[in-house]
Amino acid sequence: MADTIFAYITHGNAVADDTALEMIGAARKISPAAALTAIVVGSGADVDAVCSQMSASFNEVWKIDDAVLAYPNAEMIRKLLVNILPEQAVILVPHDTFGMDLSPGLSIKLDCAFLSDAVDIEGLEGTVLKAVRQEYGGAVSTHVDCDVSRGAVINVRPGAFAADESKSASGKVVDKSSLAGDLSCGRRFLEVVEAEVGDVDITKAEVLVSVGRGIEDEENLEIVEELAEAMGTVVSCSRPIVDAKWMEKSRQVGTSGQTVKPKVYLALGISGSFQHLGGLKGNPFIVAVNKNPKAPIFQVADVGVVDDILEFVPELTEKISAA
Amino acid sequence: MEILVCVKRVPDTAENEIEVNRDGTDIERDDLVYSVNEWDNYAVEEAIQIRDRVGGTVTVVSVGDEESEEILRREMAMGADKGVLLSDAAFEGSDGRGVAAILKAEAEKGHYDLILTGALADDGAGEVGGMLAAMLDRPYASLVNHIEVEKGQPTIKVGREIEGGNQEMNEIDLPCVLSIQTGINEPRYVGIRGIRKVASLDIPVHGAADLGIAPEQVGAAAALVKRRDYFVPDLGAGAEILEGSTEEVIDKLINILKAQGGLK
Repeated sequence: MADTIFAYITHGNAVADDTALEMIGAARKISPAAALTAIVVGSGADVDAVCSQMSASFNEVWKIDDAVLAYPNAEMIRKLLVNILPEQAVILVPHDTFGMDLSPGLSIKLDCAFLSDAVDIEGLEGTVLKAVRQEYGGAVSTHVDCDVSRGAVINVRPGAFAADESKSASGKVVDKSSLAGDLSCGRRFLEVVEAEVGDVDITKAEVLVSVGRGIEDEENLEIVEELAEAMGTVVSCSRPIVDAKWMEKSRQVGTSGQTVKPKVYLALGISGSFQHLGGLKGNPFIVAVNKNPKAPIFQVADVGVVDDILEFVPELTEKISAA
Repeated sequence: MEILVCVKRVPDTAENEIEVNRDGTDIERDDLVYSVNEWDNYAVEEAIQIRDRVGGTVTVVSVGDEESEEILRREMAMGADKGVLLSDAAFEGSDGRGVAAILKAEAEKGHYDLILTGALADDGAGEVGGMLAAMLDRPYASLVNHIEVEKGQPTIKVGREIEGGNQEMNEIDLPCVLSIQTGINEPRYVGIRGIRKVASLDIPVHGAADLGIAPEQVGAAAALVKRRDYFVPDLGAGAEILEGSTEEVIDKLINILKAQGGLK
């Protein structure tokens, strides 16, 4: 069981994503002895560059080079993987917007288990993989048993596993392009529409006053704008504020929004989902204000205030303005 | 266009603090407020808007116990034409794959051009839509935040939310399955009067036998992924919580912000 563990490598601009080496960390936790095979799919020189990077870290690298795979259409790649993977394969996939698109359906076509968004792996006991997941936006965690007797597709949360930087393998690159088979599918990629640039560039701010669901009402946004003004900076937000159409998408911090690198980050009424924290880089000093003392944001914040932002923020603004 | 929308009754995380119960077997369910899963509500709104543009019907379906009827009725008050509850003791303890198999059986009883699910629900797995599509052998797109439907066309155009706030545009053949991301639309408000209007509408209940599902194919025994327990991880110290009166806390915070360069 799991003599070989496969890892699907996502890449862009001829560079493998950070998750590539994190999946090695995850695979070692499943089975320290397993051989690791990277699967690199794409077109042209990019694929060769990524294969060469991966050969330093994986025992084997499967290269699939095809012009129709220049953009990673998950429907097409699902067919490809079904065509090339051996029976009962265990394959790791990053739990990003591509992995979320690919993996549930892949597990059905491989007739095996799907473990979504694993944040930790305890190990393999026989054919049962013991792992950790989160539910309710990270408010609680669960230990799960995943039956891998027929193989498994395991989506690994980006950033959750330590990357293996040892580059201790010297794997050979095997060109599997000829085995790709029929890749026709009912979904055709058209284009990527780049995010609109908003009136304010939050990615350049050294201090961010960021607001979340705790603001409750659009009218209340005034209080965070006043605080930002008093602090001489701008307001960013979490996803629910954009979903409610209260602020522009360009103000959203998170994996589906902007990646920001402030020195100080004030999280006001933000619970702290991993998607939100995924947009926060450069190890900022985080101040969290939230009325729920159990909000996950307090686990990552440096300083916390347990209070209702609707009452706390105006008082803070007043004090700062008066100084 | 015939549209099926799969919805789930979940604890409302905006109304509840989710905590683990005493022995870690479940979350604390006492006094929980339940509602329709947020992502599913966006999916129903999208279905209603598509139907209003090009005609057809919207059917909402849920796998759950009799209490899930209330969320079906709520979505019918929003404007869904029909509701179906899929309920059977044999369904209890199903994993995502089991739920997808139950939904597949119901989907095959109709002729749906479009099947929508929410992109995520309470357990955060985001798996049922993609599994259902693969079981039905229909094209799939996840995290959909834009749909363009033209009456009578064999394809539709969908936008997917990808990293960095970018959007991936695809053309997809009908019939297909899409999982819907929040923010795709602004779901309409449902008042108590709206719910009263649909109070007497019949919501059929389909069990394993009605759907032709062998009990051993679903439920806890067939599940490949099983939850062992719930817990709250010990992630070390966490934040230093500032204590004292509001005034004291603000003074401390201002000093900290100054020291960290957050205030000049």
